[in-house]
Amino acid sequence: MQTWVFVLAAFVGYQVITRVPALLHTPLMSAANAITGISLVGSLVAAGSGRGFASNILGAIAVACASINVVGGFLITDRMLKMFKQPGKKE
Amino acid sequence: MNESSFARELLIQFAYLISSILFILGLSGLSDPKRARNGMRLAMLAMLFAVVGTLLHHDIVRFDWIIVGLVVGSFIGVVIGLPLGIDIPMTAMPQFVAISHMFGAVAATLVGIDEYLALGTTPSAPIMGALGAEVILGALTVTGSFIAFAKLQELIGGRPITFRGQNVFNISLFVATIGLLVYQMIVPGQPMVFFIMVGLATMIGVLMVLPIGGADMPVVISLLNAYAGLSASAMGFALNNNLLIVVGALDGASGLLLSILMCRAMNRSIMNVLFGAFGTVATNKSIKSAAGLTVKEVSVDDAAVSLAYAQNVIVVPGYGLAVARAQHLIREMADLIEKKGGEVRYAIHPVAGRMPGHMNVLLAEAEVPYDKLVDMEEINDDFEKTDVALVIGANDVVNPAARSDPSSPIYGMPILNVDKAKSVIVMKRGMGAGFAGIENELFFEPRTSMLFGDAKSSLGKLVAALKAL
Repeated sequence: MQTWVFVLAAFVGYQVITRVPALLHTPLMSAANAITGISLVGSLVAAGSGRGFASNILGAIAVACASINVVGGFLITDRMLKMFKQPGKKE
Repeated sequence: MNESSFARELLIQFAYLISSILFILGLSGLSDPKRARNGMRLAMLAMLFAVVGTLLHHDIVRFDWIIVGLVVGSFIGVVIGLPLGIDIPMTAMPQFVAISHMFGAVAATLVGIDEYLALGTTPSAPIMGALGAEVILGALTVTGSFIAFAKLQELIGGRPITFRGQNVFNISLFVATIGLLVYQMIVPGQPMVFFIMVGLATMIGVLMVLPIGGADMPVVISLLNAYAGLSASAMGFALNNNLLIVVGALDGASGLLLSILMCRAMNRSIMNVLFGAFGTVATNKSIKSAAGLTVKEVSVDDAAVSLAYAQNVIVVPGYGLAVARAQHLIREMADLIEKKGGEVRYAIHPVAGRMPGHMNVLLAEAEVPYDKLVDMEEINDDFEKTDVALVIGANDVVNPAARSDPSSPIYGMPILNVDKAKSVIVMKRGMGAGFAGIENELFFEPRTSMLFGDAKSSLGKLVAALKAL
């Protein structure tokens, strides 16, 4: 079942990414980087678990690192995309 | 499972489903520059849904460490992300992606280690396999990204670092790491073996990136992105979390595809990039000697005159432009030429600069309309009808040796047909070779004239001369 989900998601990813024009490849790279921060999900579970101090510390560090990835990644991506102005700004 | 925890689980799954859909919508927004920014807002929302959904999880019993982590991490993230493009030039973007990546991979690795320790002595073989994949991919992404960052930031030399038997050594290391994982799947409960495996994976990251030259770094960064994504997916398998599996797979697919596209643009295979150690031994023997050939220099005023009276001008930007941060001056120059009746377009080679689409971002920053930026395939036939091709800080992507000289290391790479233009002006700091370390015959062509100097000061003088005309 999990493998099924994985393969389907990879297929969707492939379909979506092939439609991204070369013009936007650098922002795509940066966006993909921001999205890697999804490891935040696992980090939160560790940081908030009742498994003991070591788990919480490891988790808190992981949460911090994943947040750097998410916040930094989205900031950089947005900064880049802000530069793509509409030609002539008509309409 | 009682009723309230069932409702809670339902809520979590619902939040995760919304999150997955928003991530997919967000990425598909990137297929159009007009929708891209909104797409990224959807992706941010998706991340929010992911976090909120996770916080509802019944395993989460305390929030103090979560809050500390989130606050500290977000603060550092802002400190890293905010100066880019303001105090730090956009050219530094690739290494920022690399370092931001490293942090995500640290998180994945730590979670994997924590899970392993929490599982105790006997994780089942599939769980062990997933955890192992998570920490191996995570750990090699951590060190690999750091080396990529260090190379691009020039903390260590950008040239490929190689030694004899490197590929054999790296592959043995990789096989050994996988071997340790398989061993643990059969005989679980050996923390020592687990940590040795993590250690080996960090070594793979270092050794994998060290031999790769600066020009190939974007491919590596994108590939590391894919690894980090797959690591998150593996985490999803281990934690039985579909959201992690889906988003990790999206990330893995995009990273892999992007690195393949980049390699294709350079007409090289991924294998060649990873194991070829471009620009070392192989290049030395095929450098064409420049002895006996002369270049023609041109003065700023002469260059200004030929630009002012040209009907068609194609600007070929390269990494030199990015370094000099002269994109705004290009825009100013193009406006002046257009005022005099000429047409200015920009030819974008897929690997010009250091990232795919690097030049697009750079010129977009100077508010050059993006319909003026033309991809290589579309513009290549137009060079014959072009009065002046202005090459600014580009080298390898306009080297005709890629078409004509089978001994050249870049032979077969698609290039911009600048040499077909009626006249060519090359702006360059000096006669140094490009990234690939090879001589460029274009500079010695009779139709080519060279305008030496820093791109920014040369362009400044050109703009002044054009205004005076």
